[in-house]
Amino acid sequence: MIEATSQTKTVARPASARERTSLGGLALLANAVLMYAFLYVPIAILVIFSFTSDQFGVRWTGFTLDWYARLFANQRLMGAALNTLYVAVISTVASTIIGTLTALAMERYRFRGRAGMDALLYLPIVIPEIVMAVALLAFSAFAFDLLQSITGEPIRRNLTTVIIAHIAFSISFVVVVVRTSLKNFDRRLEEAAADLGANGWQTFWRITFPLILPGIIGGALLAFTLSLDDFIISLFLSGPGTSLLPVEVYNKVRRAVTPEINAISTLMLLLSMALVGLSQLVQRRR
Amino acid sequence: MALDTLQKQRRRSGRLRLAGLLGPGALWLTLFFAMPLVIILLYSFMTAGPRGNVIWQATFGQYAALFTKDIYVNAYTRSIWASVLTTLICLLIGYPLALFIARSPQRWRTPLLFLILIPFWTNFLVRIYAWQIILSNNGLINSALDSLGLPTQTLLYTENATLLGLVYGELPFMVLPLYASIERFDFTLMEAAADLGASRWRAFLRVMLPITMPGVAAGSVLVFIPTVGQFVVSELLGGAKVDYIGNLLQRLFLRSNPPNWPLGSAMAVVMMAVLMVMIMLYFRSTTEEDR
Amino acid sequence: MPLWLSVYAFQEIALSDGNAIELRDVVKAFGDVYAVDHVSLQIRDGEFFSLLGPSGCGKTTSLRMIAGFEYPTSGEIMIHGREMSSTPPHLRPVNTVFQSYALFPHMSVEQNVAFGLEMKGVAKADLGPRVQEALEMVRLTGYGARRPRQLSGGQQQRVALARALVNHPEVLLLDEPLGALDQKLRKEMQLELKGLQERVGITFIFVTHDQEEALTMSDRIAVMSHGKVLQVGTPTEIYERPSCRFVADFIGETNFVEGKVVESAGGYATIETADGIRLRGCSARPLSSGAAATLSIRPEKVRLLPQGEGSAGDENALPVRVERVNYIGSDTRITVRLSDQRTLNAWEQNDRSTVDRNAYWQPGEESLLVCPADNALVLTE
Repeated sequence: MIEATSQTKTVARPASARERTSLGGLALLANAVLMYAFLYVPIAILVIFSFTSDQFGVRWTGFTLDWYARLFANQRLMGAALNTLYVAVISTVASTIIGTLTALAMERYRFRGRAGMDALLYLPIVIPEIVMAVALLAFSAFAFDLLQSITGEPIRRNLTTVIIAHIAFSISFVVVVVRTSLKNFDRRLEEAAADLGANGWQTFWRITFPLILPGIIGGALLAFTLSLDDFIISLFLSGPGTSLLPVEVYNKVRRAVTPEINAISTLMLLLSMALVGLSQLVQRRR
Repeated sequence: MALDTLQKQRRRSGRLRLAGLLGPGALWLTLFFAMPLVIILLYSFMTAGPRGNVIWQATFGQYAALFTKDIYVNAYTRSIWASVLTTLICLLIGYPLALFIARSPQRWRTPLLFLILIPFWTNFLVRIYAWQIILSNNGLINSALDSLGLPTQTLLYTENATLLGLVYGELPFMVLPLYASIERFDFTLMEAAADLGASRWRAFLRVMLPITMPGVAAGSVLVFIPTVGQFVVSELLGGAKVDYIGNLLQRLFLRSNPPNWPLGSAMAVVMMAVLMVMIMLYFRSTTEEDR
Repeated sequence: MPLWLSVYAFQEIALSDGNAIELRDVVKAFGDVYAVDHVSLQIRDGEFFSLLGPSGCGKTTSLRMIAGFEYPTSGEIMIHGREMSSTPPHLRPVNTVFQSYALFPHMSVEQNVAFGLEMKGVAKADLGPRVQEALEMVRLTGYGARRPRQLSGGQQQRVALARALVNHPEVLLLDEPLGALDQKLRKEMQLELKGLQERVGITFIFVTHDQEEALTMSDRIAVMSHGKVLQVGTPTEIYERPSCRFVADFIGETNFVEGKVVESAGGYATIETADGIRLRGCSARPLSSGAAATLSIRPEKVRLLPQGEGSAGDENALPVRVERVNYIGSDTRITVRLSDQRTLNAWEQNDRSTVDRNAYWQPGEESLLVCPADNALVLTE
């Protein structure tokens, strides 16, 4: 009976059905190839032209490592890179700790104001970065004026201002990632640990923490990348004397196309990829 | 009795622990996120001083200017229109891409997704800069045209270049949520629809699209929001020939002489209000989906 | 049996008053809902005790209160005579085998089993031998270095068992531990668990919704429903002398005939159905005449008499017509219809020659159904 039905179907819709399937599949494949090319050709060009000897960096005139050499000789750029790393490390450590604590509070407790806190955590992710940037700029001016009127000392925006801002937007991202791993965490494991004689502290460090650690590391890597790549908030909040790498790159790019930017872009790309690889490795280990 | 006091004690120590966990985050976000928003809300009702300072004199003037002066109205419509276009284009090319990944053999999916993820983790400025190399007057495309003896084109510093850059930058944000919902989709439903006589296209429109709608909505929100506030792409690829909200904001806060913070604040507040309404609509649509 | 376990078990029995666990009027309310509703239980030392009931009856909540994962709203929980209703779980001398096993995925089997001993502060040097001994006991020697996810369901189950037993718990709590296993493995594990319990002599409290499992393994069973304990007894008592309609219905299959009490004396009671049929059955206590009551009789305990044998006037004999005959191999299940259209079930063992189906009951055939008063029960609730 079943056989008969399927047979009539094959007869009713001969080769054309299969043909159409492969046609649709072909269209999907073609789109996918185009899209991956669209995503990667510019990046590939960027990398390739970091090795060209052409001083405008738009045609291939021969291989050179000059641009990299020039990059490392550029005191201003290197200083900016170090500043960026410094900001990223401090804000990652702080936002990971604060974010993990917040995630634990949000997942493990029911309290009044929880919905409000949820909104406060969600907002930095959904509002455009530029709104946060101008708000923080306005706030820092306001707060510095206030502090100056109290202490009498003038205060300028500096790296600390940027760090504070980066922590403020990274917390939310860390919280999202850590909450996901807390949600996936089987609470019965904690009961099992208590059942076997572990107190709350032992249970947290022996069971909960190791199992949500990949989430915490994932959150930290995300915070690190966000801070490293952040341009908008850095632009608005870094003071005159404190340059950060994305801001320096932006200023250079606005002026002219030069292979030096390709070189620094290639290095930033490598760093990002290393970070992605690292985060994948952490997740794989789970 | 004893149980009662015990529970009270336990509750009290629980409260303490909660305060310790929640305190730092709540404090930080209140001070360095909520407060700044309150400040710009306040500023938006103030008067701009002649030296770029803020005079504490309440006025609706900033909002009045935003809604009447062409330069601002145009910037809003241009930004929103560009965002709508970017979202639609990302959806049109992103959906088939996500579908392709979801339909690939299991062991290919992770690497394919990974390839979408890498640009997403790569510095935005750097990626936009790459397009400058390709599009500029003596860039790759024009050198190619030139060597073929064809006339060169003005590609860089056009509104189309802006749109291209926006799509390029936001595409991963569209593909990832789309993939998540397509991957969960039960493809035997398509066979069921075909069995009941629906063509592939009808089956897609009537069955697959409605079921994967949460992914479409999430991807659209993720693309739309940052696009409304962008200013880098329109500056680097559009040549800052026309103003988007982001460019105006940057100018009003950082560049113009003198800066006008109250007007800029009002501008940011209106932008946020528009986006909040959109997000609320999005949430309403997804919760209805769940029901 | 490992020596330490036997010594330990005897010590405990010698020290306690004979009750491993005692619940005194324990209540657990979640808001307005009483998950456990004034439950009192005494579980003896060395006993295999089952909490049996449908899902949501409060059996798991009761177990979790003994383990310390939940605290009772009121009432007392005694573990070997010590009041522990508000002691946190890590300070209680009991261990749990979880339904999902709850093995720590980031630790090896050995580390899982050693965890409880480490928490107790057992010296590092003693850990190894004790862990090995426990693994040996559950026949998992050589699996110590593996991760839980590399083991089959049955093996994970045995790791969970070893992880609990290695701590010498005074009582072992098992929360539907066989629920995730397939039918065949389940039967094997039932026997293995029961054997293990007999060897180590530790009190087991076993939560299950599977009545057959409870009957097979338990020394005593508490049947629960809607947060209340309906009956506590040995498997035989529970099956043969259910205290109420729910227990009779939940354990095994039975026929119910409703009526009113007309006579009650000497451990027996007689009821009369609406259409005047009188039936006699055992009754644990005297019943007042006129009270609503139900006669319960198991289908394997009634007999169908061929036409011509017996008469309608005999005690507990009902004229019936055969409705349906289902042959299921070991026995035949016959549905019969009474004059008032009610149907009853009778199971006949296939101990006579039944290959010739024509010689057997045929639908439509008249018969006499007899239910001996000693096998019938009159229940009032």
